[in-house]
Order: sequence, then structure tokens, then C-alpha cells
Amino acid sequence: MSAAELKSHYSLVIIGAGPAGLCAAVAAAEHGLDVALLDDQRAPGGQIYRAIESIPTERARLLGSEYQRGDKMVSAMRNADVEYYPDTQVWSLSREREIGLLCGRTAAMISADQVILAGGAIERPLPFPGWTLPGVMNAGAGQILFKSQGIVPADGVVLAGSGPLLLLLAWQYMHAGVQIEALLDFTPMRNHLRAMPYLPRALLAHHYLLNGLKYKMDLKRAGISTVQNVSNLRAKGEKSLESVSYIHSGQQQTIETDLLLTHFGIIPHIQLAQAAGCRHNWDKRQQCWRPQVDDWGNSSIDGILIVGDGVGIGGARTAEHAGRLTALQAVHKLGRIARHERDRLARDDRKWMRDEQHIRPFLEAFFHIPAKLLGAPADDTVVCRCEEVTAGAIRKAISVGHDDSNQVKFLTRCGMGPCQGRQCAESVAHIVATATGKSLPQVGLYRARPPASPLTLEQLARLFPDEKE
Amino acid sequence: MFKRLDSHPEKCVTITIDGKPFEAAAGETVAAAVLLSGIGYTRTTPVSDAPRAPFCLMGVCYECLMVIDGQPNRRACQEYVVEGMRIERQHGAGDLSE
Amino acid sequence: MNTDVLIIGGGLMGFSTALQLAKRGARCIILDKDSPGRHASGVNAGGLRRLNRNPAEIPLSIASAEMWHDIASLVDSDCDTRFPGQIRVAENQQDMLALEQRAAMVRDLGYDHEEIIDRLELYKLVPALMPECEGALICRSDGYGRPFHALDAFRRKTCSLGVECHDSTRVDQIDHDHKGWRLITPKSEYRAPVLVNCAGAWAGPIAATLGEPVPLKAGAPMLMITERLPRFIEPVIGAASRKLSFKQMQNGTLLIGGAHMAELDFKRQSTEMNWAKLAVSAQTVMALFPQLKNVRIVRTWAGIEAFMPDHLPVISRSSTSPHAYHAFGFSAHGFQMSPIVGKILSQLILDDQTELPIEPFDIKRFRNDM
Repeated sequence: MSAAELKSHYSLVIIGAGPAGLCAAVAAAEHGLDVALLDDQRAPGGQIYRAIESIPTERARLLGSEYQRGDKMVSAMRNADVEYYPDTQVWSLSREREIGLLCGRTAAMISADQVILAGGAIERPLPFPGWTLPGVMNAGAGQILFKSQGIVPADGVVLAGSGPLLLLLAWQYMHAGVQIEALLDFTPMRNHLRAMPYLPRALLAHHYLLNGLKYKMDLKRAGISTVQNVSNLRAKGEKSLESVSYIHSGQQQTIETDLLLTHFGIIPHIQLAQAAGCRHNWDKRQQCWRPQVDDWGNSSIDGILIVGDGVGIGGARTAEHAGRLTALQAVHKLGRIARHERDRLARDDRKWMRDEQHIRPFLEAFFHIPAKLLGAPADDTVVCRCEEVTAGAIRKAISVGHDDSNQVKFLTRCGMGPCQGRQCAESVAHIVATATGKSLPQVGLYRARPPASPLTLEQLARLFPDEKE
Repeated sequence: MFKRLDSHPEKCVTITIDGKPFEAAAGETVAAAVLLSGIGYTRTTPVSDAPRAPFCLMGVCYECLMVIDGQPNRRACQEYVVEGMRIERQHGAGDLSE
Repeated sequence: MNTDVLIIGGGLMGFSTALQLAKRGARCIILDKDSPGRHASGVNAGGLRRLNRNPAEIPLSIASAEMWHDIASLVDSDCDTRFPGQIRVAENQQDMLALEQRAAMVRDLGYDHEEIIDRLELYKLVPALMPECEGALICRSDGYGRPFHALDAFRRKTCSLGVECHDSTRVDQIDHDHKGWRLITPKSEYRAPVLVNCAGAWAGPIAATLGEPVPLKAGAPMLMITERLPRFIEPVIGAASRKLSFKQMQNGTLLIGGAHMAELDFKRQSTEMNWAKLAVSAQTVMALFPQLKNVRIVRTWAGIEAFMPDHLPVISRSSTSPHAYHAFGFSAHGFQMSPIVGKILSQLILDDQTELPIEPFDIKRFRNDM
């Protein structure tokens, strides 16, 4: 739907059309709620099921069966009584649930009785020397090109980092016949030990483990070996990437390549929850800030619910179940169903969700990013990509007494560029914490400075044409 | 750096990238097209004139800002190609006063 | 802990006062409930403006401008200051008339920092301005700085002279006995013969504790900043009949203020943007610079400031207690005044007099209001 069709008020507005948002929208519409589903992308599915409606069968097959699950979810939403607004960015969310958005190029301000944030995750930005060079990208970016446009590396690729997505992408590329120059695994060996205690519970969700093993073995059989336990990643080149160096077994190694895709896990995309003023807590295991929510997705602000990877990384299947649970809560809060009815309807999803979560502690321990990698980049590393603030400059600000994220931001301008600190907030917090010995909650995150995504003076001006001084 | 799996897309549109014509697949993002075109960097930064190119492709990092049909600071990963679109590298801060 | 002077509030006024005192050998401790410059001092628009000041403020503002022009000699840093002038644009003849009257009034008071310029000169100075403006009022050597950089420089210089700043230190109780002032904080107790209230938007309760309540209102003026643009304007722009403060910062971003207020939850120290009012600021900018309509706003914020009903600050001895002093309530135009206010307070404290006329800022003026 387009901007002209937007109403000024809905009983429920859902932000994000990934698995959590899609399932929430369908469930809420089934109970007769007046639902608007807003999404940044041009087509539904979120990052995980990107391009699911338009992908050719052959390419979908290369991406694996988990990807194809998205098909059902998207068509359920299409068939439900949901107002779906693609290409819609939310730039503001207030405690009173006023939502500032850009639908296409038109700004609008709408309101809702209940809001469900289902904004998903972003890749954990992890700065290393040279990561700003053309030719260095997120692994997720590689996957997006593959999913939506069938675009793959032409002349080989180096994959580096730590996390399930890296392995999955390697496997998908292998099937597509892409030349993988190297798979550099930054997962430290000690993580195997760290994860051991969680293995028994993980076995309850053994299909994840089996998938992982299968990917590994397939890659090995194809002659793609993983270099384990590497460190000191550096991307080098004049105008664009020319080579990648790293240290393995005490030796510096260099690979010539024009493409490096890195991945260090994913973290909740909390920009809107922060803008609304929802309480966030630092999660040591997931190594990220998470909005505080209860079992039903209620945040610290009445009427704002948060669900899916946006509250903590649980994966796509967890997001489906949680999406439905949260929708039930919204339906209940709007007086459409009684508490016991909500609880009854939630029973299956709650159980399935519990089953899905068996794997998480194991994955979190196994892919735990070493503190040094997060909080001690070399002085010449650009940390804030927008304002080009280096780790050295940040440490200098710390050394003269600016010992929290916001003070460092004020002094160095890190986090003041167009990305609104999305790419450096976490890193700056880690660097300050490492340098001062303070805890991450003490160091804090940048305070939210709306708009969450930029809008033009004209778009804002036209939003309130009759307003006077 | 990148290639299409399917070397003959079903439907093509012609765009220009820094003045040179380029055949893009209908429905693909500007970022995908410029990555395929092999132009290397897509902007230089206003701070140090450093070359940059698309990084996250999901609208988060704002690295892929380009001049599209004369409008600077457009995220190439969020814009879709259309016939005749003019795409240019952005050098430093985008000039909006034209 | 014992010292000579206890200052509540680690903003620019507090540091400026401590700096002047320390230069003359007094020992000071600054107590701040958050971190230095957390509110108004660190996040204001950074205007260094004599233009269009209330006549009562003019002598202080002029003295302060002299200090800003040589600020490095005071704090070892130029605080990223620029002095390309500040301009108040007349969009029509009525505006022009008002500005001419203002200029005449200032001249009659014996000052020459504000002058009228005609359209020819206006467009020479601001070629990007929309056509058909009449002229402007200008103060040629006004300018702007970067507030947090200034705060950082003042803080570092002050601390290098031995002043201690204790942050995250909330003052819970204020007593006075024969030994002087006693401040109780969650962690410790501070004593000094002299107390200074530079607590900004939080200064009201302190004044009330001293038995001289003031009609202080906390407010949070909104500011917005755009993406970077190629350099196209040097002076700071205001308009005779619009709420606007508009400048292109050192790095090319545009800082837009219009004295519109955010919704403020004072207790939680949180602000929420009033987008309708920001839209007015956007309309104002577009009226004066229509070519900027596609410039994108990347950030908005609102620092918490103290406003007085007459929009004049309190710079004053306490009227009730010996050896207590106030400097607060600058009503969103205090940044420029901070160097001179520190000097004035240090003179009041150490010499019991100042050469600058501060009667209009006496705290006693609110005696009958409360």
C-alpha cells in the first residue's frame, strides 16, 4: 500500500516484516485487529527471507530449506487482512506511540494503541584495520546480493569472522560454485571448552548441530578448509582491497584478494526501542544490549511490545513463535480476548519456542567474541566509519577524562554521522569499558537522537503545514 | 569483484554510472548494479576524501551514499534501478544547492 | 573534605568560576550530579552573540566577547571558535524598521557593535539567502564555538590548576554553621567557607534552600543538525521576525535552532521532540534558503536549561546567606557569557566587588514573585 492510503490511527502497528512481524501481523488480524505492518524493505521477509516472493526456484534451492520456510509466512500475511506498507522507514517513535515515518518519499505521523517492534538484528560491527576499504563488506551483504539478485563473488572471496552465518554463507557459495580463497575462523579454541557445558541441552535441538556439521563436512569435502584460531585481521589496499593479512600459529599470513566478507555475529537493532525510551540491559552472553521485555514482549513502556531478534538473538523460528505470542498479548491488551484465552492460544507456540531455545546457550558460548577483539582495536583502526574517528582518538578522549560513551561522542564526533551510531555505538562502549575498567552498563550507549533515519527539511516541513510559531 | 549467477537476466534496464551506460537487471538495487559494474569506490568521504563502497547492503551503514538522478546522499542499497537512471559517485559532502 | 569554595554544577559557569578563582590561588571543588557539561553547557548551539542582547546584558556580553576572542590565552584552546559575524535578517520593510530602531537604541546607549547593513552588503555576505530581503542588523565579530569542546578546555585548564571536579556526586543537603557551608552527598561531606550555585536547571531548589526561591523554569530548546554540505554560508543567521538561529558548522553540517521547546520530563531528565515545532523551524529555513529543501536532518536533541521569567540570568550574591553566590538562569543564551561570569563571581568572592554592572541580575528581583 502507499502513503495516500495510510490512516492516522491503527489499533496495532507492527514495525518490521521479518518472521516475527509477519507472524504477529497474521495472528493479530485473525483476531480482528486493525493492523498496519510497516517495513523498510521493498518486499516482505526481513533479511532472513529476503526476496522470497521473487526468487527463482533454482536459486532458492541453493539457499537451503530453512530459507524456503519464509514462503508460507509471507503468503499468510498477503492473504490476511493486514495493511502492509513496504518501503517505509520509521524515524521516530514516542512513549505515547506516535510514529513518524517515511512511506516512499512522503513523511507521515500516525498513532497506534499498541506497537510491536519487530526490527530484527544487524550484523555486529567489529572494526579492524582496513575495514573501510572498498572490497570489504559484511557477510550478510554477500548473502543479500545472493538472495535478492543472484550475485556472487566473481574472482574468489575471503570469508572471515565467527558465527553460524559465516559457515552458512560459505556453504551456499560453495554450492553456487564460488571460489572461496579462505575461510578464516576467529572463534578461539577455548570457546570449545566454554560451550561444552551447554552441549547436552543443545542436543535437544540437534538438527541445528547436524546442519552445522553437515556444512563443515561438505566444505571440507569440497576442499575448502577452515583456518582455525586466527587473529589480527587486516585489510590492505590503496583505493580498494588488495590483500588480507592475519596471524595463525604465530605466523603472519597474507592472501591476495579483492573481496573480504566478514561476520562477527548479529545483535538486536535497538534504534527505535531506544528512541522511545525503552529500558535496555547489557547481556553478557549475547554480548549486546537488549530491550527489557517480559514473556509476552511487553517493554518497559506501556503499549510498546518488542519481539524477535530485536530483543535478543533467538533465530528465525523463535521469532515466528514469539511474534504470535506478542500479537496475542496485543489482542488481549486491547480487550479482544481474556487472559485465559490468551494463555490457551499461546500454549503451542510457547512450547515450540522453548524447544527452539535449547541451542542458544551453546551457540552463544561457542561463538563468544573475545574481549580483545571487541574492545581493543589497534590505534589506527577507524571505529566510527561516518566521522572517521579512530580507536586511537577515542582512547585519547578517554585518557583526558571522558569516561562514558556519550562524552567520547561529544568530544570526538564518533556516532554523529548519518548512520546515527549504528556502526560504532557498541564498539565505542567496548573500547571505553576496556580502557577504563568500567562495566558496559556504566559506560552506556549513545543516547538516542531522533530521527532514527534521516528525513529532509521539506519532508518535515510538509508534515505540519499549518503549524505556526 | 561480483558477477551474476545467471549471466542473462530476464529483463534489463539501461542506466548510466558516472556517465557510462550499464545494463542492469530490472528489480535490482543501485548498489548491486554498481558493485557489478566494477567501478570500485562509490563515494569519497567528506572527512578525509577516502574511497568507500557499499558495506552492509541493508540500509544501516550509510556507506553507499551516491548521487542518483542528481540527488546526493541517496543510499544505493535502498534504491532500485529504473530505465535511464543516472548514477554518479559522490565526492565528499553532497551538493544540494544546485 | 575541606576547601575554600564549593561550586555546585560542573557546567561552563562552574568551571569558568573555578578557573578564575584558581588563577588567584583559591582552592575549589566542583560537584556535579552527572558528568561535566552533560546538559545545557555541553549541548547548546554554541552561539557567541552580542547581537540583539537585552540592554542589561550588553556590558557583560561585550566584556565576554573580548575574552572569547583571546580564549586560548585563558584555556589553552581556541574552543573551535569562529568569528564570521552574526546577522539578523530583515525580510521586509517592517522588519527593517524594527532593526533600525534597535540599532539606534544600542547606539544611544553608547555601543557600536551592532550596525545596519543594506541589501547590497547583505547579499555580499550571504549570497545563498533568498532574494528580496531588505537588509540586516549585524555584529561583525560575533561567531560561534563548539560547546563541548569549550567545556572540555575549561575543565582541563581548571583541573590543571588543582581544582577537583567530582562527578556523579549529587548534593543531598546544604547546611550552614559558624564554620561555613557543609554539603552532604551520598558518599561524603564537603566543607568550605564559600558556596556557589551554578546548577543550571537544577539551581532552583538550592536557591530555595538558602531561603530565596526563584521562579526558575526548566526548558529544553530543540536543535537539529543536518548532513554535511559543501561550504555555502559563513555568518550565523537569525531573522527579525522569526524564531531562528542557523549556522553552518566548521565541518559543513547545518545547525538549526529556533527556541522551540521539546517535551521535557524533568524528573527523568528526558526529552521528547516536538516534531510539529521542529517542522516550523524547517519551514523557516526553507523560507530563507529554499535551495536547502532536500537537505536531510540527521539528528535532533534538546539540552535542559534554566529559564527565568524575564529571560535574564541570576548573577548575584545571596540575599539571605553570607558567602553564597549564584550564577544560573541564563535562559538559553549563557554560552557566550560564561567567561565573564566566572570573572565576575571570582571578583565578588575574592574582592567583594566587580566593575561590571550586575544589578539587573540580582536574585532579589524575584522577592515579590514567590
